[in-house]
Amino acid sequence: MPSRHYLNHPTGFKSWLLTTDHKRIALLYLFSITAFFFLGGMFALLVRLQLLSPAGALMTADAYNRAFTMHGVIMVFFFLVPSIPATLGNFLVPLMVGAKDLAFPRINLLSWYIYVVGGIFAIGSLIGGGVDTGWTFYTPFSSMSSNSRVLTGAIGVFISGFSSILTGLNFIVTIHRMRAPGLTWFRLPLFIWAHYATSLIMILGTPVIAITILLLAFERVLRVGIFDPKIGGDPVLFQHLFWFYSHPAVYIMVLPGMGVISELIAAFSRKNVFGYSFVAFSSLAIAVIGFLVWGHHMFVAGETPYAALLFSIISYLVAVPSAVKTFNWTATLYKGSISYQTPMLYAFGFIGLFLVGGLTGLFLAAVGLDIHVHDTYFVVAHFHYIMVGGTLMAYLGGIHYWWPKITGKLYPEGWSKLSALIIFLGFNLTFFPQFIVGYLGMPRRYAVYPPEFQVWNVLSTAGATILGVGYLFPMVYLTWSWFKGKPAGDNPWDAKGLEWETTSPPPTFNFDRTPVVTEATHMYGHPEEVKVV
Amino acid sequence: MEPTIPLFPHQASTVASRVDNLYFFMIAVSAFFALVVTLLVVFFAIKYRRRHDDEVGEPIHGSLALELLWTGIPFVIAMVMFVWGSSVYFALARVPEEALDIYAVGKQWMWKFQHREGQREINELHVPVNTPVRMIITSEDVLHDLYFPSFRVKTDAIPGRYTQVWFNATKTGTYHIFCAEYCGTKHSGMIGWVHVLPEDEYQAWLGGTNTGESLAQQGEKLFTRLACITCHNPNSAGRGPALLGVWGHTVQLANGNTVTADASYVRESILNPTAKIVAGYQPLMPTFQGQVTEEQLLALTEYIKGLAAGQPVPGAATPAAPAAVPAPPQ
Repeated sequence: MPSRHYLNHPTGFKSWLLTTDHKRIALLYLFSITAFFFLGGMFALLVRLQLLSPAGALMTADAYNRAFTMHGVIMVFFFLVPSIPATLGNFLVPLMVGAKDLAFPRINLLSWYIYVVGGIFAIGSLIGGGVDTGWTFYTPFSSMSSNSRVLTGAIGVFISGFSSILTGLNFIVTIHRMRAPGLTWFRLPLFIWAHYATSLIMILGTPVIAITILLLAFERVLRVGIFDPKIGGDPVLFQHLFWFYSHPAVYIMVLPGMGVISELIAAFSRKNVFGYSFVAFSSLAIAVIGFLVWGHHMFVAGETPYAALLFSIISYLVAVPSAVKTFNWTATLYKGSISYQTPMLYAFGFIGLFLVGGLTGLFLAAVGLDIHVHDTYFVVAHFHYIMVGGTLMAYLGGIHYWWPKITGKLYPEGWSKLSALIIFLGFNLTFFPQFIVGYLGMPRRYAVYPPEFQVWNVLSTAGATILGVGYLFPMVYLTWSWFKGKPAGDNPWDAKGLEWETTSPPPTFNFDRTPVVTEATHMYGHPEEVKVV
Repeated sequence: MEPTIPLFPHQASTVASRVDNLYFFMIAVSAFFALVVTLLVVFFAIKYRRRHDDEVGEPIHGSLALELLWTGIPFVIAMVMFVWGSSVYFALARVPEEALDIYAVGKQWMWKFQHREGQREINELHVPVNTPVRMIITSEDVLHDLYFPSFRVKTDAIPGRYTQVWFNATKTGTYHIFCAEYCGTKHSGMIGWVHVLPEDEYQAWLGGTNTGESLAQQGEKLFTRLACITCHNPNSAGRGPALLGVWGHTVQLANGNTVTADASYVRESILNPTAKIVAGYQPLMPTFQGQVTEEQLLALTEYIKGLAAGQPVPGAATPAAPAAVPAPPQ
């Protein structure tokens, strides 16, 4: 390990809280989102415990409504949205493009502080008794009916949105302006392409949720009629505005994960990703088309048949680039040199779970079928397969893959493989039964439910327990390895990529001298051998 | 007796099997692709496992033919799903002409059902078997969603507007009604049962619970009590359009637009009378916002609907051509 690196120089509390180093800010984000992940996970556990019994095993309906709302708000806005971009993205975007830092280091620090202030409001709403609207804040319930801490929670979401706008802005400018000599667009790692597409959505979509929350606040506080028909508003208008952000936000959550998977598969099959430009452009296609599908959340909300058909067909179109990515990842394995280290296990897990999540998305895009399963556990299962099976698997895979770079230490391979397996099995046991109970007709957000649904709920709760244990493992062994782990060396995987050309951990300004790039990303063989089949 | 571990919901409506067939098709396609990709991943992962430490993969750039193939095939399959899904949707959206209308009003936290014959029910709904039934739905407060899983249909109850959903129950029995749109504390208690009865039992039920006054008759009384009749009659010297024969027809508005006289139009005209002024009239009518309940609005609507069928307007000497001339029926 180098004697002097970004972690040990400079030292002191202040040097961390006032840092403008993208790597340190990534770690600040890592600690904060991990805290929110376990907070949100605790609420998930409460939800699952309640549903052990049809009559509700644990708490009152009011408490349950607050539990699932806080689970959703925390996981979506304070974990999933910032997860990969603000930690791995922050850490790696400058390293991967061969830059000393992001374009606006102080804005980067500002974004973390904004996130923290937003998080304080979220926790404040929790201490004040919680929010009971569901993470979707649907009006007029949220604006006129709910007696919970809607405003505090919504302001938290409003504020944290600006941190994501600033992160997106920083990435776009950095990727445009700060690439190392020779690093042309089509030599960029696919992780960068994915973050570029994500940043576009962050900048274009997030202001809309900010506006929506302001309008909600106007109605709730000042009784200005915007969404409640009793005072001249339109409740469906809220859904349009909300989903105009929140559907693209799904891609904010999953695109960076796809970027991670491209890196993992390339590194652990020692091979450039098959059909590079198709994978790159499919990220952009998802970002663009993703803005035009929001109406598929509203098939049963009085939407006209014409609008429903239009949103249905566009939703099918957005599925195609995801399929293209999956096929290309699979083809990358062909004639690779594949090793089964933990990050690759997560990548395999991602492919399997993302397949299920993506394919069940096709069910929901069919209007005639969505009408039955809309707002049932089928939908809950579907988006958890994408958000947890997809994003979270990619996040954990990425954390393991770049852990040696971040900390300079190796994580324990045996423990990490075991926990990857536990997480994969626990996840499926938690969420697969929910497809079945959803098709049976069990609506989501039910504190009590008819007894015939119990079997599936018990299985799901059992799975959630296993999953919870699975998440504790990495928490423990990664922390342990940070202090006691074996030194990793600069490039333990023999992986390609600029981030592996500097020391582990990297120096404060990343590279001793500016790297010069002469070949495409992940070229393991000799360039002259590259062939087109 | 319920099976202890249920896998599929009851198929108790004409569309249920169509929805399920689409579902099974989707499962088959998904299973196929999931299996192909999984098997390929496993096969490649084993066949091309790293055998020594400094081994690297073969540098393969890609293949345009393969890219086109695996863009094209998912696209075509997606379009098949789109067309199939849409055709099922048409069946769900197209209400048969002869459907029996039943009104539903959601409120925190109960479903109130109103039959045209006058019967009211709460969280219980009686319908005849093998008869198309259209539910006309609204909400008194927040969003709700009327969901019949055994019929595979649902639709949001939206305050301030009417939505509809229809079904034709094919099996007698008792099935779940759920509220599927989160609506606050007792959302999960906003449930009920739909009782599908043979036609004769349904008629007996209607007879046995008869209140003596149909919904339209209740509306007629309201029409007088709220003094609607003062202006809405042919002898009112043009203060307000008489409503005879207006239902279902196109109404010419003062701003040049036209509107079809349906439940939403009637509702809006009562609560927000200046929104759509009939051509030739002044915006004189006061709003009834806050003075009539959702159920009373339904009764008034039912009454006005009945006026189309040629009943005399109370107070009118003859059913003469009303002042607001509706377009001739097509």
